[in-house]
Amino acid sequence: MTLSLFLEQLLNGVQLGVMLFLMASGLTLVFGIMNFINLAHGSLYMAGAFAAAVAQQATGSFVLAIVAGVVAAALLGIVLERAILQRFYTRSHLDQVLATFAIILILNETTRMIFGPSPLRMSLPHALSGSVPILPGVPYPTYRLVVLLAGLVVAGLLYLVIMRTRMGMWVRAGASDRTTASSMGVNVPVVFSGLFGMGAALAGLAGILAAPILSVQVGMGEPVLILALVVTVLGGVGSIRGAFFAALLVGVVDTFGRVLLTPALGSMAIFVTMAIILAFRPRGMFATHG
Amino acid sequence: MTDVLEVRNLYKRYGGLVATNGVNLSVRPGEMHAIIGPNGAGKTTLISQLQGMVRPDAGEIFIDGVNVTATPAHQRAGLGVARSFQIASLIPDFSVLDHAAFAVQAQLGHSFRFWRRADREEILLAPAREAVEAAGLGARMHSPARDLSHGERRQLELAIALAQRPKILLLDEPMAGMGKQDGQRMTQRLADLKGRYSMLLIEHDMAAVFSLADRLSVLVSGAIIKTGTADEIRNDPQVRAAYLGHG
Amino acid sequence: MADGASRPIRAALWPALVLIALLALAPALSIWLDDPFTVKIATRIVIFAIGAVALDLTLGYAGLVSLCQAAFFGVGGYVVGILAWHQANSEAVLAGWMGSSELALTLPLAFLVAGLFAAAVGAVSLRTGGPYFIMITLAFNQMLYYGAVALQKYGGDDGLQIINPLTLFGYDISNRYKFFYLALTMLLATVLLIDRLARSRFGVVLRAAAVNETRAIAVGVAPWPYRLVAFAITGALAGLAGALLAASQQFISPADMAWDRSGDFVVMTALGGVATVWGPIIGAAAFIFTELSLSSYMQHWQLPFGLIILAIVLLLRGGLAQLVDLARGAKKGGEAVHD
Ligand SMILES: Nc1ncnc2c1ncn2[C@@H]1O[C@H](COP(=O)(O)OP(=O)(O)OP(=O)(O)O)[C@@H](O)[C@H]1O
Ligand SMILES: [Mg+2]
Repeated sequence: MTLSLFLEQLLNGVQLGVMLFLMASGLTLVFGIMNFINLAHGSLYMAGAFAAAVAQQATGSFVLAIVAGVVAAALLGIVLERAILQRFYTRSHLDQVLATFAIILILNETTRMIFGPSPLRMSLPHALSGSVPILPGVPYPTYRLVVLLAGLVVAGLLYLVIMRTRMGMWVRAGASDRTTASSMGVNVPVVFSGLFGMGAALAGLAGILAAPILSVQVGMGEPVLILALVVTVLGGVGSIRGAFFAALLVGVVDTFGRVLLTPALGSMAIFVTMAIILAFRPRGMFATHG
Repeated sequence: MTDVLEVRNLYKRYGGLVATNGVNLSVRPGEMHAIIGPNGAGKTTLISQLQGMVRPDAGEIFIDGVNVTATPAHQRAGLGVARSFQIASLIPDFSVLDHAAFAVQAQLGHSFRFWRRADREEILLAPAREAVEAAGLGARMHSPARDLSHGERRQLELAIALAQRPKILLLDEPMAGMGKQDGQRMTQRLADLKGRYSMLLIEHDMAAVFSLADRLSVLVSGAIIKTGTADEIRNDPQVRAAYLGHG
Repeated sequence: MADGASRPIRAALWPALVLIALLALAPALSIWLDDPFTVKIATRIVIFAIGAVALDLTLGYAGLVSLCQAAFFGVGGYVVGILAWHQANSEAVLAGWMGSSELALTLPLAFLVAGLFAAAVGAVSLRTGGPYFIMITLAFNQMLYYGAVALQKYGGDDGLQIINPLTLFGYDISNRYKFFYLALTMLLATVLLIDRLARSRFGVVLRAAAVNETRAIAVGVAPWPYRLVAFAITGALAGLAGALLAASQQFISPADMAWDRSGDFVVMTALGGVATVWGPIIGAAAFIFTELSLSSYMQHWQLPFGLIILAIVLLLRGGLAQLVDLARGAKKGGEAVHD
């Protein structure tokens, strides 16, 4: 492998990692804090991508498409949480799995009913469709670079929100002890809805950013969901910092796996890596509690 | 003769809080050793370290002279450590007898027995019934745990511990939350068991403790401030100041 | 602690035996209706019921939600498919052995190989608690799925066709009715096995630790090895079911081991009612039947299907078995008793 190819794939890997982090941050917070397993998180990713593609077709604007996608995913997330999912916070994990599995079926099929079986496309604005040299003579797609940077910025912001703000403090208080949190005057249900909405918005954003690279189609969320679950487990449930590094690891391993091996074998690489890590660190690389 | 239980210099810290602060303690064969102390003194934490659920930060624990400090909880049970929980820890669908039979089964080596119905194995049931009777719960033999009253759940905790045929019984407030009558019955039951088992008893009920225990230790803020006979404890000025005065 | 749903041995064995007896009438019904499709559906129900009853040992009795059942199911299917392929192509599998299309040999092999896969997956994923277990088993399912896709030689993405006729003790088994009774016998064996396991000392440990691990450890039982064995048995039986599916449709493909197929198994097992041997049979029958009937009436059948599942989870916490409990006026199960 030449240096330039290596560099290109490394950037691709980091870019995938950043997107996985956007997915996994919502998963890990919702799981770490509400002890809730949300298999339907991939549906929010899909919702963001579809909403953005539709908005772009209607307005022609890429920026509006992003806004529409994020808002749609966040709204869908909040509605799901309020209407259905919050009833399951205190139920068994089995019930959570069943309910969110059913929601996947419902949302996938509804999307298929509305948009039909063929994928939608999202196009890039002119300014982002070219490439820039990352080394002399080595061009790299501008858009992928922008995605990478945007993802890093969002990751940084999220970290600040969780670690430095009042809302973040509430979230962390809710994580360790619900009753104490409510006696401190925190409106736990509202914080949870807000948190869920934020996770949904991030998942939607990941879907939107992926949309111009991949195609927008029903079922696009589940493979990403599974990778995001791997990230969540490896990062240590509930840990944003852990999710970030695990996401980069998963992104890079997955990308190189597919380049160096056949696509199918390459897709196995990340799971083999997971198995090896878990064999030594059963609670992930950055376990926060227990 | 070696002590059944010996604890040397045990420490456990939770963040800034020292829950166990240099505890030294022993239980002689057949002895009933009681621990008294105010709420939050670290009594349950101490028991949990002896049983193995909680790891101490420093110090050593010996059962029959064997150092078990690093031994996992389930193996300690195999060495004869039985513990009752202050907050009853049961299996709602299991009957009283099921609980005791499960404890017997656990003592009989591994449970990789796949074929015979466990609820028909007399080798499990006979000792289990005996333990249930000894805990005074014979009338409720087949009731599921979820139907038991609070007092009965405390009795079931005792029955499970007895069914383990322990070398040492660690009893965490076996009368907590019981009415007066139930409490007296439990006291009588413990008096009956006295001498047959080595026991470490945690209890708030002073009258009961002073009448039952061979020796007492007073635990305050994670540290034992005094160990002695009932009379020695009653008359100790430090104990009176720290505990009995406002007990 | 694992999931806190209650795990009584809610029902006796006989409802399962009644269900199997009813299923045994399917070929007669098929002949009477002159509809060969009936016995095909019944075969499918029986095969998935084996996988669902097996999953109940892990999911219902041991309280561990596994999302890897379809993968082991597929492993079993590929064992039968690959061995038949080698025989058909006269190519050695290993050490000069030319494979086989004899089910008396390949079914036990499928059982064994799937069990070994499950033991390996379980060894890694059982080291942590319930929720991690769910995510890790899902990841392993995806891994094995890609593993099947990677089998280029055996059809890769397109799946593996079994072209040579399969035999049982030398007799041709391609007859639908014969095959149905073979599968039904396997279901009966599975039901008897799981029922015995659940009532044995082994099952007592699984059930106790599912609800209250602290208690199990306190009396001296570390649940890990028991869970591992349960998981391996569950996987092995899934492999047997998958082998039967491959044999019945003369075909196996990665699609049979996709992650959502594992979700389907959980739905079948749980909606019928966990910790009963008959619940998963009803669950499998209801699932296959609903799937087939909805999909023949409408294109977008997964929508009502999802709504039905959601409604059942919201309204009937104990699955369809809850209906029986309700009818009897029995009490609902609870969490571990901590007063
Ligand atoms: N897991 C834990 N994490 C943090 N602090 C703990 C933990 N367990 C116990 N503590 C603290 O350690 C101290 C001792 O608790 P412990 O339960 O051992 O007291 P106790 O003497 O049994 O009290 P009580 O009479 O109420 O049963 C308490 O201040 C308690 O809050
Ligand atoms: Mg206590």
